Amino acid sequence: MNEKKKTKAPAVKKPVNPAKAAKKPPAKVKGKPAPKPKRKARPKVSPKNTQPEHWQRRPKTIRKLWIGGSLMLAALVAVEPWISSYGHFGFDALFAFNAWFGFLVCVAMVFVAKGLGLFLKRRDTYFD
Amino acid sequence: MIDVFPPGLILVLGAFLVPFLKGALRNTWVLVLPIFVLWLVWRVPDGPVLTIALLEYTLTPVKGDSLSRLFAIIFSIMAFGGALFAMRQSRVVEITAAFIYAGSAIGVAFSGDLISLFLFWELMALGSTAVLLSANNTKSTPAAMRYLIMHILGGSLLLFGIVAQISATGSIDFIAMKPNSLATWMILLGFLINAGAPPLSAWLPDAYPEASPGGMVFLSAFTTKAAVYVLIRGFPGAEVLVYIGLFMVFYGIIYALLENDMRRILAYSIINQVGFMVTGIGIGTEMALNGAAAHAFTHIIYKALLLMSAGSVLHMTGKRKCSDLGGLFQSMPITTVCGIIGALSISSFPLTSGFISKSLISQAAADESIMIIWFLLTAASAGVFLHAGIKFPWFVFFQKDSGLRPPDPPLNMRLAMIFFAALCIGLGMFPGPLYALLPFPVSYVPYTTAHVIKMLQLLLFSGLAFFICLPLMKRTLTISLDVDFFYRRLFPRAVKKAIQVFGPLDRAIRQGVLGKLGSIINGVFQYTGPKGALARTLTAGNMVFWAITMLVVYLVMYLI
Repeated sequence: MNEKKKTKAPAVKKPVNPAKAAKKPPAKVKGKPAPKPKRKARPKVSPKNTQPEHWQRRPKTIRKLWIGGSLMLAALVAVEPWISSYGHFGFDALFAFNAWFGFLVCVAMVFVAKGLGLFLKRRDTYFD
Repeated sequence: MIDVFPPGLILVLGAFLVPFLKGALRNTWVLVLPIFVLWLVWRVPDGPVLTIALLEYTLTPVKGDSLSRLFAIIFSIMAFGGALFAMRQSRVVEITAAFIYAGSAIGVAFSGDLISLFLFWELMALGSTAVLLSANNTKSTPAAMRYLIMHILGGSLLLFGIVAQISATGSIDFIAMKPNSLATWMILLGFLINAGAPPLSAWLPDAYPEASPGGMVFLSAFTTKAAVYVLIRGFPGAEVLVYIGLFMVFYGIIYALLENDMRRILAYSIINQVGFMVTGIGIGTEMALNGAAAHAFTHIIYKALLLMSAGSVLHMTGKRKCSDLGGLFQSMPITTVCGIIGALSISSFPLTSGFISKSLISQAAADESIMIIWFLLTAASAGVFLHAGIKFPWFVFFQKDSGLRPPDPPLNMRLAMIFFAALCIGLGMFPGPLYALLPFPVSYVPYTTAHVIKMLQLLLFSGLAFFICLPLMKRTLTISLDVDFFYRRLFPRAVKKAIQVFGPLDRAIRQGVLGKLGSIINGVFQYTGPKGALARTLTAGNMVFWAITMLVVYLVMYLI
C-alpha cells in the first residue's frame, strides 16, 4: 500500500494547444526590441470544417458579385429609352415600370408574409 | 389491336410486371415501358378510337385530339423521367404504384366520356395514395390517409355531379360545361379539389412532402395537372376560375415564403403555378387556354426537376429543413446547377421553358384588356422568383455553410436531372415544337427585345428585394397553419374535449337511469319472480279456505 503511494506517477507533459502557442508572443530578449509579430495570413478554411474555403464564399468574390449585379441592374434600367415601350394599360409604360414594380411588390410580399406569420406560424412539431 | 387499346391501361398493366422482374431486366423495363407508351400516345389520331357499349350508353375510353395528346405526352415523358430518377432508390412497390398512377392520368387525358373519366380519376387517387404509402414511415402513413379521405371527398362530389349531369342531359359525353347547375358545380368542385384550390388546398403540402424523394417527383406531376386538363376541357372561360386561380397564386407565394421545409416550399409552389393555369382557363380565350396547357406542360418538367434536386439533397443528407442545409453547392455541383435551372424556369427567366409558357397567359390578360388580372399576374411573376426562384436554391445550396459535404447523387438520379434540365433549356430556346402541339394555333412571339428586357427587369429587381429583405426571412423551425388546422387539430381536440365534458355526464345519466330501471325490475321480480308472492304455490287447504270465505261473504251480502 505504502509502496504504491511512494511510487511517483510518471510526469505527463501537458498537451500544448497549437492555437494558444501560436498566439503567445515571443519572449523578450534583453537589449533587443521584440520582433514585430508577422501579419497573420487569412486562413483559407471554413470555420466549421478544415476543408479549404470555396472561392465563391470568399468576401472578395461576394463583393465582386454585388458590384456585378448592381451594374447589371443599372444597365437593365439604362437601356429602357432604347427599347420600344409597349405598355398595355398606360400605367405600365412608365419608366422602368417592371423594375420598380417588381422590387416594391416583392418587398410588400415579404412584409405581408411576415405579418401573417405572426398569426400563422407554429412550431414544426405542432401536429405531432 | 394495340392501336385501339388505351395507352394508359398499357402502362397500368405493365406496372404489374415490375415486381416480377429483377435487376437489369427490371431497370430496362421501367425505362422502356413509358417510351413505348409515349410512342402509342403519339399515334392516337383525332376522334374516338375505342368505344365500348355499356347498358344504354357508349363509353369512349380513348378519344384523341391535340389537347389530350399534349397532356398524355407530358405524362408519358414524366413517367420515364421519374422512373429514371427513382429506379434504383425507390421501393419496387413505389414504382409499380407510380406507373399505375401515371397510366391512369393518361387514361384521364384520353377519356371521351364522363364514366371513363371517373374510373381513371379514381384509379389515379388509388395509385397516388399507394405512392405515398410506399414511403412507409410514421409521418407518411397518416398523411396518406388524410390525402385519401380528401380525394374520396373530391371523387364523391364528382360522382354526384356526373350522375346528376347524365340524368339531366341524357348524355355521358365529356364536353365543355358551364357552372350553372348543381350537377356542373359538383363536377367543378370535384375537379378543383384535385387542383389544390381553396379552401381545401392544404392536402397538397400536407401529403406530398411526406413521400419518398422519388415519390414526390411522381406526385407533383399527375393529380394537379390532370385537374388542369379536365378544367380546360370542361370549364373553359368559367369566370369563377379567374378568382380562384389568383387566390391560389398568392396563397402559394405567401405560404412558401413562410416555410422552412424545402419540399413544402416546392409543394406550395405547385399550388402557385397551378393558380396561373386556372386563371388562364378562367380567362378562356384561345391564347389563355394555350397558355394554361403550355404552362402545365413546362411546369411538369421544371417542377419535377426542382423536386429531383430537392430529393437528391434529401437522399444524400437525410435533411429537408432549410435551417439545416446550406453551402451544398461546394460538393453537389450537378444538383445545384440543375436546381438553379429548375428555379429559373419556374421564374420564367428568358431562355427557359417557363418564359415561353407563362407569357402566353399574361399576354391573354393584356389582349383582353383585363388590367387588374394583368397587374396581379405580373406581381405574382415577381413573387415566384422570390419564393421559388431564389429562396429554394439560396437556402438549400448557398446561404450559410452547414458543414455538410455530400457528393452528387447516384448516376441514374443525375441523368434524370440532366435530362429534365436539358428539356427546360431546350423548350425555352426553341418553343416551336411545344407551340405546335398546343390545342389552338399560336402566333405569339415570346422573344422580342422589349419583352426580354422587361422580364429581366422584373425578375432581377425582385432578386434585389430578396437580398435586401434577407434579414427578415431568417429561417425558423416552424410550419404555418392552414385549413388542415381544423381537421388535424381543432376537430380531434374538440371531440376529445367533448368526451371529457360529456363523458361523465353521460355516465351519470346512464347510471341513474339504469339504477332506476334496475330497481323497478327488482320490484317486479320480487312479486313475480320464482320466489315472489305471486308465484308462490298455494296448497289445497288454502284454496278451500278462500273459497269458503268468498261464499260466506257472498251469503252475507245476499242476506243483507
